[in-house]
Amino acid sequence: MTDHASIARAKRPEFRNINAFSDLPTYLLPPAGIVSILHRVSGAILFVLMPFIIWMFDTSVSSEFSFARFTNLFSVGIGAVPGWMFKLIALAIMWSYLHHFIAGMRHLWMDISHDAVTKEFGRSSALVTLALGSLLTLALGAKLFGLY
Amino acid sequence: MAVNYGTKRLATGAHYGLRDWLAQRVTACLMALFTIILLAQVLLSKGPIGYDKWAGIFSAQWMKFLTFVVIISLLYHAWIGIRDIWMDYIKSVALRLSLQVLSIVWLVGCAGWAVQVLWRL
Repeated sequence: MTDHASIARAKRPEFRNINAFSDLPTYLLPPAGIVSILHRVSGAILFVLMPFIIWMFDTSVSSEFSFARFTNLFSVGIGAVPGWMFKLIALAIMWSYLHHFIAGMRHLWMDISHDAVTKEFGRSSALVTLALGSLLTLALGAKLFGLY
Repeated sequence: MAVNYGTKRLATGAHYGLRDWLAQRVTACLMALFTIILLAQVLLSKGPIGYDKWAGIFSAQWMKFLTFVVIISLLYHAWIGIRDIWMDYIKSVALRLSLQVLSIVWLVGCAGWAVQVLWRL
């Protein structure tokens, strides 16, 4: 702890009386920070939606009859809830899984390689993670909604 | 290091060590392996995927073995992650403990359901 305090540090900007218009728009997490909080958010989403994921696993593998119920949920819906609502939930699961997977791989890579633990790599790999997660979600989402 | 044993011992929290950190990474690798294997089987199959093809993937004994391991991995992995979230944001010990208990109930229940589905196949 004492070592930590003795290191000379550059003076960091201090914010007092934060102005919503001039300070908040400029106060942004770095890409690595965005990836980190989204890693947590995506994990939480998957945790909350776990029963739906298992329901999909259950109905899709149990029998041909239940498989039809599984596909019907997304094409017809259930009761007053239309199918596209469930497609949106599925899309949320896809993004969460993809982001969590890629951000996790980035973590593992940083655990294995000391070369990866630099400010530059942290930034560039974070940008790659965000881009890859978003693009794959877009591609799979387009497939899900029948665009191709 | 601050004293955290005896009367100063924290009543809740992580195991203050390597075990959970390592477990989260080992389980992550297992789930990543499962993801890649499942994805490969889906992508390498020809034609539209109906019930037979999809259920066929999970009916192989080695795939059941792997899926079971992944369900248990997910249970442990998600427990560590969700527990970290409660520990970071919930300051009240009573509320945190309650949320941790609910998380365990949620996760064990989900894992039981998934295992039940798997063993029916």
